[in-house]
Amino acid sequence: MWFKKTRESKLQKKVKIPEGLWVKCENCKEIVYKKEIDKNLKVCPKCNYHFRISAKDRIKLLVDEGSFIEVDANIISMDPLNFKDSLPYPEKIKENQKKSGLREAAISGEALMNGYHVVLAIMDFSFMGGSMGSVVGEKIARAAETAIEKEIPFISIASSGGARMQEGMFSLMQMAKVSAVVGKLKDNGIPFISVLADPTFGGVAASFAMLGDIIIAEPRSLIGFAGPRVIERTMKQQLPDNFQRAEFLLEHGLIDMVVNREDMKKTLTLLIEFLS
Amino acid sequence: MKYYLEFEKPIEELELKIEELKRISDRKDMDISSAVRKLEKKAKELRTEIFSNLTPWQKTLLARHSDRPYTLDYINLLAEGFMELHGDRRFSDDPAIVGGFAKVNGIKTIIIGHQKGRGTKERIYRNFGQPQPEGYRKALRLMRFAERFKKPIVTFIDTPGAYPGIGAEERGQSEAIATNLMEMSRIKTPIISVVIGEGGSGGALALGVADRVFMLEHSIYSVISPEGCAAILWKKNGEMDAEESSKAADAMKLTAAAALRLTAQDLLAFKIIDDIIPEPSGGAHRDPEAVAKKISETISKSIEELSSKTPGKLIEERYKRLRRIGSFEIES
Repeated sequence: MWFKKTRESKLQKKVKIPEGLWVKCENCKEIVYKKEIDKNLKVCPKCNYHFRISAKDRIKLLVDEGSFIEVDANIISMDPLNFKDSLPYPEKIKENQKKSGLREAAISGEALMNGYHVVLAIMDFSFMGGSMGSVVGEKIARAAETAIEKEIPFISIASSGGARMQEGMFSLMQMAKVSAVVGKLKDNGIPFISVLADPTFGGVAASFAMLGDIIIAEPRSLIGFAGPRVIERTMKQQLPDNFQRAEFLLEHGLIDMVVNREDMKKTLTLLIEFLS
Repeated sequence: MKYYLEFEKPIEELELKIEELKRISDRKDMDISSAVRKLEKKAKELRTEIFSNLTPWQKTLLARHSDRPYTLDYINLLAEGFMELHGDRRFSDDPAIVGGFAKVNGIKTIIIGHQKGRGTKERIYRNFGQPQPEGYRKALRLMRFAERFKKPIVTFIDTPGAYPGIGAEERGQSEAIATNLMEMSRIKTPIISVVIGEGGSGGALALGVADRVFMLEHSIYSVISPEGCAAILWKKNGEMDAEESSKAADAMKLTAAAALRLTAQDLLAFKIIDDIIPEPSGGAHRDPEAVAKKISETISKSIEELSSKTPGKLIEERYKRLRRIGSFEIES
């Protein structure tokens, strides 16, 4: 049915880049040569759709070559709840480590950005949906503390479905923990720039990600507290066009700007230059 | 009419029998008090037995029980001279969060809490205890007010979660919650939180960053509802149609409730909360006055302890308390 189809297209579906030479852009539905997308920072050359990218790719895009020094890579998850769904939680972690080539859903470290010394915490959606458990919370907290100690700016890049269920209340409390640390950044006059990438939801949106002195989003990123499907079910009505997109948040005064991936490093550098 | 949960059926049967006997004895002027006493003793034993072995899902049902006392019930029972204050000064007044000043055991406090409604009309008016961003902003306004006038803050937590709606998103639900988390971590007066029913995720935590956190014996506190968790984690059975998968999720909510470790007892063991406030056998709604008295004692004692601390010390300790929470290890 035609109406059903348009409705569905408004709900955001996972955009994955399939294997192979050609890719169908989820936004404009054009078939694009994969190499062309890769060369274009994983942005659709036809419609400027920003595909999800890995934390490692982001580092390459944002920092001066070879300047990134990862810290806290050795913080690893425990299983406080003894949680098991399709797999026991420790096995799920291993599976995600293998799949993503990452140890956790966030990477943190120090780097130079056009010569400016900064601390970065970058989330990766491919590791358990970028969910924030104890390790992600601790990495963000430590990264912010390093920024305070060294008096340099803190930049976070969020991409997450929210708090990690498998650690229960430990995950929920990470929201309070990282928000309290952002409070310390503010007390100490340390600039905090929060970049929101597709998607940023739940416990990550409702903690550090929405607390930046400056909040920047990538074009068309989905950002919100509750997922669009939950809202559609609750409201029993069709969601407005562009609902929970970066541009929607900009229009509603919730973020400072929407910036293309290719301009992100330049924009961040200008902000840091102004703030320092 | 009392409302009984499924697992309370044996108690219901006994209690109905007792009432029936009492009615007969009144009418016929018979003395059957010894029989009644015996049955009452039996009912009490049965209640104790059932309520000391509740499953996490049964506790979830109890935490959401429609007769369970809500924030305003406790305020009426334990506080004097409550004066409600309204509005976030920006957009509206959210009835899903109430707040104002009152005295607890003679101590001037600001009390804030989620508010559910009783009966269809009030339930809708209170939006089932699911706040809009304005509710959180009102709460923060009152907390800042408390800070300015050096009054301790008491919060009651009882919500299924922050409201997932279009307007809530447009007006920054995430930002409202995040701001409360950050600001509560550095409010310069004591904050005491009591989970009285349902502690539903970020929408609960947004009133729950405190120096002392207590839970009623049969309350719950969770990162996600058992239903939500079941729907996400056990939905992947691709072959099931909608009805089948919703049935499966229904069954899985029991498993999810247990897996999430959301009971007061679990969270005390994890050191995420400070203590448990006991409930009478049968749950808080069986004797709200007694529960209110215990809450009031707990609050006064905590305020007394915390009032001796300088604002700097108070904030430092609150920060450390949050900062240490996490379950991880450092690999060498």
